[in-house]
Amino acid sequence: MSRTALALFGLVALAAPAQAQGAPEGAREVNLYTTREPGLIRPLLDAFTKASGVKVNTVFVDKGLAERVAAEGARSAADVVMTVDIGNLIELVDRDLAQPVRSATLEAAIPASLRDPEGRWFALSTRARVAYADPDLRDLAGLTYEDLADPKWKGKVCLRSGQHPYNTALIAAYLVKHGEAKTEAWLRGVKDNLARKAGGGDRDVARDIVADLCDIGLGNSYYVGLMRSGRGGPEQKKWGEGIQVVLPTFQGGGTHVNVSGAVVAKNAPNRDSAVTLLEYLASDEAQALYAKADYEYPVKPGVAVDPLLTALGPLKVDTTSLVEIARNRKAASLLVDKVGFDR
Amino acid sequence: MAWTLVAGLTALLVLAPVAALGLEALQGSGGLWPHLLAHVLPPALVETGLLLAGVGIVVVMVGTGAAWLVAAYEFPGRRLLDWALLLPLAVPTYIGAYAYLDLLHPVGPVQSAIRGLLGYARPRDLILPDLRSLPGCILLLGFVLYPYVYLPTRALFLMQSATLVEAGRSLGAGPASVFLRVALPLARPAIALGASLALLEALNDIGAAEFLGVRTLTVSIYDTWVNRSDLAGAAGLALVMLAACLGLIAVERWARRGRGYAGAAQRPRRMARKRLAGPAALAALGLNLVPVALGFLAPAGYLAVEAGKRLHFAGLSGAILSEGLNTLLYAGLATAVATSLGLVVAAGPRLLGGRWRGLLLRCATFGYAVPGAILAIGLLPPLAALDGLLDGLSRALTGIPLAAMGLGTGAALVYAYVVRFLAVTAGSSEAGLARVPRSLGDAARVLGRGPAGALAQVHLPLTWPAVLGGALLVFVDCVKELPATLILRPLNVETLATHLYGEAARGTYEDGAVAALLIVAVGLLPVALLLRVSTPKA
Repeated sequence: MSRTALALFGLVALAAPAQAQGAPEGAREVNLYTTREPGLIRPLLDAFTKASGVKVNTVFVDKGLAERVAAEGARSAADVVMTVDIGNLIELVDRDLAQPVRSATLEAAIPASLRDPEGRWFALSTRARVAYADPDLRDLAGLTYEDLADPKWKGKVCLRSGQHPYNTALIAAYLVKHGEAKTEAWLRGVKDNLARKAGGGDRDVARDIVADLCDIGLGNSYYVGLMRSGRGGPEQKKWGEGIQVVLPTFQGGGTHVNVSGAVVAKNAPNRDSAVTLLEYLASDEAQALYAKADYEYPVKPGVAVDPLLTALGPLKVDTTSLVEIARNRKAASLLVDKVGFDR
Repeated sequence: MAWTLVAGLTALLVLAPVAALGLEALQGSGGLWPHLLAHVLPPALVETGLLLAGVGIVVVMVGTGAAWLVAAYEFPGRRLLDWALLLPLAVPTYIGAYAYLDLLHPVGPVQSAIRGLLGYARPRDLILPDLRSLPGCILLLGFVLYPYVYLPTRALFLMQSATLVEAGRSLGAGPASVFLRVALPLARPAIALGASLALLEALNDIGAAEFLGVRTLTVSIYDTWVNRSDLAGAAGLALVMLAACLGLIAVERWARRGRGYAGAAQRPRRMARKRLAGPAALAALGLNLVPVALGFLAPAGYLAVEAGKRLHFAGLSGAILSEGLNTLLYAGLATAVATSLGLVVAAGPRLLGGRWRGLLLRCATFGYAVPGAILAIGLLPPLAALDGLLDGLSRALTGIPLAAMGLGTGAALVYAYVVRFLAVTAGSSEAGLARVPRSLGDAARVLGRGPAGALAQVHLPLTWPAVLGGALLVFVDCVKELPATLILRPLNVETLATHLYGEAARGTYEDGAVAALLIVAVGLLPVALLLRVSTPKA
């Protein structure tokens, strides 16, 4: 029996695929660990390989990416780690999993507010937290995030979980602007206005508005492009066209944005290729792809936004620093628990 | 000696991630516990308790009722239903939730059709209850998970001696009375085993609950960990959950206490099925069709339609094929390892005796009670330590640094599956071995066979259906497994489940439908085999 067991262990060891090992130094490869959905990032990576000849190996890990890189330690194969949400990005830096990169190309392409002064993280695209609303509603022009707690919306608001990073970042921004007491009161107000339990995804907000379950909610800007373009199928096109989209602002501020971004891993075996990949992702060509393929706002000034997004109106980005938002992420998450937002 | 080595190693493999989680929980500042105790644990425990109570009631009623109808009665369509009732096993809970949310949404096909029939123009003219609620989640999970109860209960009804039922019938007991007073008490251990498996599955589910807005303990663990980068707090919550699960398992064992059914060494006579006709036959057929339709036909049918649209529109991507092969490879390897180890661990107490061997068997079931993602996180430190050790050894002995053998390789994935599902293989082997009359094993030993010889020549031939049944369940479970797979898989490796998750995360369900359908299809074959092995020869 024990011989059988030993044989089985041997089998398992053999089954570890060779491709799991990081590319050897000098080979034209780069290993990318990402929390971005593979479908969204694939076109960019294919274009990069075409342009540079560097092969990209990917693993898409949704939750636990930082833990995995940390556990792999010095032997980690990761060259570039890519995340959505500023909190997740800066967490990599805080856990000492990123290394500083000095690159004139990156510094020229990405505005200072969208990268770390020491080059430990770089934002590569931005997305706005916008309002999806019933098309019959009028006078939404001056809508603010603060308004969502107004009792006039009672039983009419749909949102995804307050614990989702997209909402947590917004609440963190609210904390930076208004402080804890006001933020808690606002969260309680919004919770009282919910038409259904917080949950699902941003697209469910659109679908629920089309289904008359609610009148207004928040969602990311690129979903509007994904739905209205018909790329998510004919059903989603109906949802996208069945809502009106407005860009809310903070009172006396701008529209809340979040980012997708990347770091060069601390123990990157292919550091040069990693930097090459980041520089490519900040190039005109790739930034245009971000705009066209994913309906994101490019970070590089001068790169055109997709017409589906320009149709939403001019974006006035709120100036709250991303680092401040990331720093308040935990406090925001605790508040969501405290007011029982998702219950 | 050999047994001690293998079983000890197995227990070590299982306990390593749990110990790592314990260490992790201790490292926390402890500052968050007041918050967790005040705002997170109480509501999460209430919500989880209600969910489990509801799911428990649904799976026991549906699973036991269906099992009794197909075991005790003969009616048109029975043979087909016999295996069709198992089909929901092939539908992962998260896929069930996606499919049903699309189907039952006010703008989905079902409600649109109802409005069309009634002549309503707008969704607001007819407000029906929302699936995204605790009752919705209970029904969904209940109708997808009832086969865990149906399978062992059906096998038991088929195995039990006909004499008891016939005695009941001849003493004038009606059908209801025979079921309630004879069959049900006999089936209690099987029902308890099945229900505890179903509840552990429900507890581990993250996809469906998150999707339907139900804030279970598992969802809270994820929130604590992902949004606050507070792994210590999450590990602490995971240990609370582990304790709750062990409590569940203890209750299940208590329900089985003193009910060894090592019968006499002869084959019991199968009871004759009572033939139903007319309205009674129709009622039996209708009753059994409901769970098949709700648990399998509706979600799988919806997926098939969506996948058909997709294939028509974009064709089959070549990636799906390699993803399918990856899925089969890892699930197959893990099944082989988990089955062998499960058999060894289960055979120890039976063949060699000793309380501590029973304790080892209990330890082997820990992994099933930890949410997949948290288990994967617990696996990271031991795997990293192992890599470090091997690397150090290699450098010391040969001077050559060694690439990772564990972390980031397929081995890590297989390890995770084995730890997670060993409970199922060990449990089914144990249940199978318990039914081998002791006299047979003793006879083999008297005739000079050692424990291993007795196992190979007496026990295995008699218990292979139970062992294989466990193996098939684990195979299906591995194919469906998502959270641990996401965290541990190697570079460039996708499985069907991770592919589907990627699509779902983007909301392009049509692409995901093909993968979802394949997951269901891959699960079908083992399910069909399951029925064969769980049908005792008359």
